[in-house]
Amino acid sequence: MFQRFTALALVAGLALPIALPQAALANEAAIGARKAQFQLFAFNLGVLGGMAQGRVEYDADMAQTAADHLYHLTRHYNPALWPEGSDNANAADTRALPAIWDDLEAFAERYAALQSGAEAMQAAAGTDLASLQGALGGVGGACAACHDNFRAPAP
Amino acid sequence: MRRWPLALGLVVVAAAAGFWLFTRPAVLSPQMQQALAAHPADPQRGETVFWAAGCAGCHAAPGLAFDAPLEDRLVLSGGRRFETGFGTFVAPNVSTDTDAGIGGWTTEEFARAMLLGVSPTGAHYYPAFPYSAYGNATPQDVADLWAFWQTLPADPTPTQAHELPLPLTLRRGLGLWKLANSQVAPPPAPDDPQLARGHYLAETLAHCTECHTPRDVIGRLDSTQWMAGAPNPSGDGRIPAIPPQGWSAEDIDAYLFSGFTPEFDVAGGSMADVVVQMAQLTSEDRQAIVAYLLALPTTH
Repeated sequence: MFQRFTALALVAGLALPIALPQAALANEAAIGARKAQFQLFAFNLGVLGGMAQGRVEYDADMAQTAADHLYHLTRHYNPALWPEGSDNANAADTRALPAIWDDLEAFAERYAALQSGAEAMQAAAGTDLASLQGALGGVGGACAACHDNFRAPAP
Repeated sequence: MRRWPLALGLVVVAAAAGFWLFTRPAVLSPQMQQALAAHPADPQRGETVFWAAGCAGCHAAPGLAFDAPLEDRLVLSGGRRFETGFGTFVAPNVSTDTDAGIGGWTTEEFARAMLLGVSPTGAHYYPAFPYSAYGNATPQDVADLWAFWQTLPADPTPTQAHELPLPLTLRRGLGLWKLANSQVAPPPAPDDPQLARGHYLAETLAHCTECHTPRDVIGRLDSTQWMAGAPNPSGDGRIPAIPPQGWSAEDIDAYLFSGFTPEFDVAGGSMADVVVQMAQLTSEDRQAIVAYLLALPTTH
């Protein structure tokens, strides 16, 4: 009995300090991955926005390619990228507010709004500049609406 | 020896009289009253003032999404909470409802509130209401804005009390704050007409500095660090310096119109509300703001 208890205590004592950093490491990886995903959103949005703002000449093929990428990049909402404890109160290098985990349903809804914005953009970007400009507000609006409640200001 | 109580009594009376005198709520000057009355108010021009002054940014209902219909921002039901180092301020209902809002006010009462931070009953408003900036608004703009206000819907939501610790709940003392704050001023208006317009829009109406300039212990803006960026009073992160380093006129204009940064990140939080309102301005007005911000003497 005593031996079993000692063994258990030993295992627990060894496992605890390992388990904690491992969770932190896993969160770190998830934070890095989701930031990379959002950077890809921004990269493709930049191509579309540059044209919409008249900084770059409109090119239907380039616009369509960017919109296609944005569409596919936004298709999958991967909960594994948003593990519990990966908010800015518990983890470094993230502006994700704990409010996300307080209301995951609302967060997923915001993500769905981004998906439909990207879908509308995919349908519009290759048509002409006016259509692209019309669709950009929907995508930007979805980004901003989510940042509004779920992202902290830059440090 | 007998005289001590008398002397002490006199000092107390003098101090009380001084306090009463220095904290008296200001009244509109006769020139201002005349100018307000003489101006044929134009609600359409008032709408521009409304968006430029960011009224809806504080007084619209809480929780409006960036892409919410613009009409929703015209319902000034109040209820947004502003956490600060002094306590939590809750934006009041300023809709045209005559009971819950300010529908029963006269033009002069509205002007006194906006320009001097004094209520119709003669109480000081807390400087969370940016009357320090609005104080330089032209009588024409105030009258036009009030004319536009008349076209807005009434909303019955009751105004909630601010959540403040005890000495701050005594509004009379704000008279001293106003006195102490009277030296704080934005950089002088430039001569160039476009820059002067930008100065008026950015400093007086849009009150950019209320968030983008750091404050001292009693909440006064630090004139030596104008628009140099500040801690976020409501929590995480920092309010950035403006103009942000390396941003061109085109970058700032695009940001104020769409919320997109040059890296195609998108504004969030209270700045998203600002962007929605700035997007309603004419392109010339927005460019005037941009030109002024870029010409700001860099203290940062």
